[in-house]
Amino acid sequence: MLIPSRNRGGLSRRRFVTGLGAGGLMAALPRPLQAHTPAAGQVPPTARARWDLRVGRTRIEIDRKVLHAPCIGEDVPGPILRWRQGDTVSINVTNTLADEDTSIHWHGLRLPAAMDGVPGLSFAGIPPGETFTYRFPVTQSGTYWYHSHSGMQEAQGLYGAIVIDPPVPDPQPCARDYVILLSEWSDVSPMDMLSNLKMQDDYYVFRQRTLASLPREAREAGSTLAALKDRLAWSRMRMAATDIADVTGVIYTYLLNGHAPDMNWNALFSPGERVRLRFINGASMTFFDIRIPGLEMLVVAADGNAVEPVPVDEFRIGVAETYDVIVQPREARAYTIFAQSEDRTGYARGTLAPQPGMSGPIPPMDPRPVRTMVDMGMDDMKPGESMNGMAMPEHGHDMSASHSHSHLMPHHEGGTMDGMDMTGHAPQHPMGGMQPTTPQQTPHRHDTPTPRHEEGAMAGMDMADMQPAGHGHAMPMSEHRVDEPVHHQPAGRMHRPGAMDHDAPAPGTMPVLEVDDPGPPPLNVENQNIARMPTDRLGSPGDGLEHNGRRVLNYRQLRATRPGSDPRPPTREIIMHLTGNMERYIWGFNGRKFSESGPIRLRRNERVRFTLINDTMMEHPIHLHGMWSELENGQGAYRPYKHTLISQPGSKLSYLVTADAPGLWAYHCHLMLHMETGMFRTVIVE
Amino acid sequence: MRRVLLLAALLLPAAAPPAQACSQSQTTTTARKTATTAPRKSLPRPVYHAADAPTNAPVAYVGGMKPVMDQGRYFHGILDQLEGRYAPGGTDFRWDGEAWYGGDYNRLWLKSEGTLEHGRLHDGDHELLYSRAVSPYWNVQAGVRADIDDGPTRTWGALGVQGLALYQFEFQATAYVSDRGRFASRIEGSYDFLLTNRLILQPQAEFNLYTKSDPARQVGAGLSDVDAGLRLRYEVWRKFAPYVAVSYAGYLTQARRIVHDQQGESGALRLTFGVRSWF
Ligand SMILES: [Cu+2]
Repeated sequence: MLIPSRNRGGLSRRRFVTGLGAGGLMAALPRPLQAHTPAAGQVPPTARARWDLRVGRTRIEIDRKVLHAPCIGEDVPGPILRWRQGDTVSINVTNTLADEDTSIHWHGLRLPAAMDGVPGLSFAGIPPGETFTYRFPVTQSGTYWYHSHSGMQEAQGLYGAIVIDPPVPDPQPCARDYVILLSEWSDVSPMDMLSNLKMQDDYYVFRQRTLASLPREAREAGSTLAALKDRLAWSRMRMAATDIADVTGVIYTYLLNGHAPDMNWNALFSPGERVRLRFINGASMTFFDIRIPGLEMLVVAADGNAVEPVPVDEFRIGVAETYDVIVQPREARAYTIFAQSEDRTGYARGTLAPQPGMSGPIPPMDPRPVRTMVDMGMDDMKPGESMNGMAMPEHGHDMSASHSHSHLMPHHEGGTMDGMDMTGHAPQHPMGGMQPTTPQQTPHRHDTPTPRHEEGAMAGMDMADMQPAGHGHAMPMSEHRVDEPVHHQPAGRMHRPGAMDHDAPAPGTMPVLEVDDPGPPPLNVENQNIARMPTDRLGSPGDGLEHNGRRVLNYRQLRATRPGSDPRPPTREIIMHLTGNMERYIWGFNGRKFSESGPIRLRRNERVRFTLINDTMMEHPIHLHGMWSELENGQGAYRPYKHTLISQPGSKLSYLVTADAPGLWAYHCHLMLHMETGMFRTVIVE
Repeated sequence: MRRVLLLAALLLPAAAPPAQACSQSQTTTTARKTATTAPRKSLPRPVYHAADAPTNAPVAYVGGMKPVMDQGRYFHGILDQLEGRYAPGGTDFRWDGEAWYGGDYNRLWLKSEGTLEHGRLHDGDHELLYSRAVSPYWNVQAGVRADIDDGPTRTWGALGVQGLALYQFEFQATAYVSDRGRFASRIEGSYDFLLTNRLILQPQAEFNLYTKSDPARQVGAGLSDVDAGLRLRYEVWRKFAPYVAVSYAGYLTQARRIVHDQQGESGALRLTFGVRSWF
């Protein structure tokens, strides 16, 4: 049975129903062909509370890569599920796979733990031949997605979008509404990827520094000597500045709503219409940088939750994040939706057009990012750079602990901080000699954000707005701390417990009574780096996006449209170091992988601050199941509610969690191979 | 906004002058912090521990199912050298490879190398080692080595380190003690210079040292032999890379005299062609 699908770029995409047996085939027949039609990505016209999903393997060929993909309804991605807030949905998931369990996890949804769909955690998985009924009330609205949490099926096709209607009319009404689900396609099995990476960590990276690339680096660094010094510094650390993505476009074809770039997925508009684009990163290992040349995008929601609109030219979407943007194309021409992978080894692409079948110009890919010492959490200094112009921040006392890296420098790579460098990794350095230099170089303790890619988009970013005067219930002081996640200086780090009082709370902040701090991670088999001076990178759009001349979204710009629902300050802080050994391809938290750790226990209704210190040189999208992660990004009570947060390399960030959902929950990096190699913890809310 | 920042930056150091000196005591630090903050109550001392520390109360996973597979075991083998070494006097054939099975910490290694020269197998060296990861880049290996070729067989106990040295040198050093109470050691190193992402120049060298001579195996006391190569490989795919090389195999010091006395060839530089491959 051959069902040709949408085919615009010359390459056909074929699928054959195989291996399902008669039952599966019968079930497949009455299925409307809608999923194959040009409407892929079109939100279903009405919400439904009852769904029947069949998980099976289907032979699908995209970009000449044939895969017997585990998927729903013989299609990748699976159907868009449209729900209504306030409904109780029930979803029958039938596993027609021959001999493997499956599961569906509803990413970002607040629901009972038993419905969360992570095998082992309050849920047993769905064995072959069985049907499991998920049933839970829908208490939120916005753009979400679902994916398997079994056997790495999410990497091969078992994922799809969820759109939930709000109970009230949309404050951002749009004439058209599309889901844009980005993902990867490869005929290499994820097990093989992992096995190859265990043998050779740069197996899929063919953009390394070589003799051939030296002249260009020399030009960029100013001299051949400087370029060589930089290389030596990296090779001394036994790491690679070109390590951006573990798995790359060498084997991946990047998909937009299941369409390869040359299949050119189309969405229609009439000039002047407002079009909502619901971006979902359903990839397993790839961050995308998204832009629509010629169109301004108005970011109106992040991870399903409304934010104050931010006009941008571009934004980065980490694995598992979602962003709703609104565009208003005024000309009757084709606009290219261009989503390049962070490592620039490929892109997903689609077209917004007034008529079907049009295509716009495809921009060239940007240069691939190169990691710097900022990513190592060292300091602002590139290896080989001189120490001239080194300055100290004002809170010199913290420097005595700088080797313990607990100190977060307010550092925005640019703005007022230019030229500020530290020698913090030299604990024996005579600190007395280090004085603040000119005020321009001295960061203010209160760390007013100095966002860089703003241009009018940053309403609400000045100090006055940090503590919104008007809102009723947030304790005015309780949020002050978000402006200075700088303060934390646990005595444990100093190996002199008790010698130092815990850091004083920020003005008026209720105390964090307990700090769960593992201290700096050990350098061991599972961890190869310590970020001695992690920085606040919330104001940075991310590696490769700085200074590119476009307005690129950063986390500081996300401001919820309403104040948080839990105004209590946290009574506990849990510090998690993101660690790993790229060379051995082991990932984890606090220098330990999942199987060597215990769970994180939260008390019911406890208010907790999670602080992430990224000691690795990669981004990690950290996802907590079942509860919101309220990012402390300087927006006071209007902090954005997220389910997945990118922790940038060498950075430190914090977010608040209200542990109001009892049960066992997953907490992990959403790069699938990082999760599977240990960057996972069980969170128990008791 | 920038102006506000500047102003604040100017004012703050003045507001808290003692904080600048690092020699300052902890109490002063606290006092200074307090000075910049609102009046504070005395607080219970915070508790420090890792939230994810292993506990004695293991988590009850449904059906014993672990949510991730971080204890996976893998099996890989690599033939670093599989090559013909050409010389007017005849062609030598050489292999050098290893395979391992295991997880992140514990692995079982099988290593093998040997040279076929004029129809005669020598330098046959085979090891079975247990390997334990001990640091970010280093593994300790222990096991047995058997010299099996057309010469007399010798067996050794082996203990060594293997890993990635600074600047990404692949390095291994192993000490051996034989069943006859002799000692030996082997040091190997290699480095990959990327000319392009697929064209890679790899200098490599292996040295063998012995405490006592063993003329039947062309072994001399001290630095006995060296096998080195400069290989230029092209990675058609990661797992398949043909190469051209110049290789040198030769005997040194006392072993050189032993081989000379046996009318053997004491060393030769050869043009070499081969394939590096792994699975
Ligand atoms: Cu990760």
